[in-house]
Amino acid sequence: MPKLPPLLAKPVEFLPLWLVERAARGIFSGVLKAHPGLFERLGDYRQTCYCFSPSDLSLHFRVVPAAQTLSVSRGEPPPADARIEGPLALLLGLLEGRCDADALFFSRDLSVIGDMEAMLALRNALDDSAIDLPRELGALAGPFSPLVTGAARHIRTHMLAERQATWN
Amino acid sequence: MELICPAGTPAAFREALDAGADAVYCGFRDETNARNFPGLNFSRDELRQSIALAHGRNVQTFIALNTFMRAGDEALWYRAADDAVEMGADALILADFGLMAYVAERYPEQRLHVSVQASASNPDAIRFLVEAFGVKRVVLPRVLTVQDIARLTRQIDCEVEVFAFGGLCVMAEGRCSLSSYATGKSPNMSGVCSPASHVRYREEGGTLVSELGAYTINRFGPGEASGYPTLCKGRFDVGGTEGYAFEDPVSLDVIDEIDALRAAGVSALKIEGRQRGKAYVAEVVSSLKRALDAGPAERAKLVSRLRVMSEGQRTTSGAYDKRWR
Repeated sequence: MPKLPPLLAKPVEFLPLWLVERAARGIFSGVLKAHPGLFERLGDYRQTCYCFSPSDLSLHFRVVPAAQTLSVSRGEPPPADARIEGPLALLLGLLEGRCDADALFFSRDLSVIGDMEAMLALRNALDDSAIDLPRELGALAGPFSPLVTGAARHIRTHMLAERQATWN
Repeated sequence: MELICPAGTPAAFREALDAGADAVYCGFRDETNARNFPGLNFSRDELRQSIALAHGRNVQTFIALNTFMRAGDEALWYRAADDAVEMGADALILADFGLMAYVAERYPEQRLHVSVQASASNPDAIRFLVEAFGVKRVVLPRVLTVQDIARLTRQIDCEVEVFAFGGLCVMAEGRCSLSSYATGKSPNMSGVCSPASHVRYREEGGTLVSELGAYTINRFGPGEASGYPTLCKGRFDVGGTEGYAFEDPVSLDVIDEIDALRAAGVSALKIEGRQRGKAYVAEVVSSLKRALDAGPAERAKLVSRLRVMSEGQRTTSGAYDKRWR
């Protein structure tokens, strides 16, 4: 199972929440702006409160797409209508449609609780959106955009290759 | 043999094209098809664009309208059929005889395929559908052996399509009432088997408990591969023995039988999985495409990696290679 390298995971534990939240909100609003079709496919489930819990980070990301709100917390998972937990690399892989959610569920790499209709709607909406996180990250980095995009692509390739290796 | 590939979204449709599909099957975003899941399927515009894209690459598009019409609401299915024909669908996949009659009368040139949901599995039933509605192909249920299929194809004047990989329904499809029994909804009428609205998961100290309506379907121990929360693949206590009463959580894989199926007169192999992500579609379609062109020795290696993407991380040849036990 691909895990975030300790070199990246450790510093995140000490980052102030406001900083993580600010970066995550930037990516979140950038994704929503660039992929309006995501809202349309989500339908009524855009009102749902989703929680994403990367198992290799001590963080929870709570999102309500319709309100375009995102909050980050540590400790116990916050209340949400639907929650998904798994390694960050796989959660990001799902966000980009690079991994198949059912396969990760069968292998027990992911766990889901709460409103399964809402979770399915989100999975399908994301899967149809050609989200490219390195590009979204790069867009936030101003003059450092090419550098950030390149670095993010390198990390993604490395982490998903680890997953591919376990398949072969 | 043609490779018929699933698509639940336009993105998955494009992946299927890129991976080498001969035809892609899909459905509208409503209860007219048997994969009526939240966030899945195609709007009219999306499907029109997808068909155009496929035709530009010489790939066919089959539109599944394979649920049974609800009395009093037939207009929903008729409108879907009208739209599918107008969009240029290469075939409509139908289960309801009333809808077959509607399309055959109104659009006699439209190619019709019999959905697996019609559960047409003997020469008399198939001959009736050919004579009454002019159907050109039948998709057989996953309850026949390769020998059964070979005997059948010799007795009918119609192409035969069989499932080769993906989710394994072990029931008389279109007739199964297990989902209705537990939830009031079924693939036959509502387009959903074990609907997500009735599914709950919970973790109990590393054990994953899956529930459907009021029923506990399974308890997967720590590290044990899981499956879909369907009654037909539930683990139950029967007569004091705990086990799988109908079928294990497992997916279908009959790639080893390709040559036998070809010799049996099968025209097309179908991949199940419109509800799966585009990554699955890309991986499975490209692997099966290569397997079709490969020799028997290479095939097993090509598709073995797909096992980890399968329900329960296991595959079976199911009824195709049924033996006494």
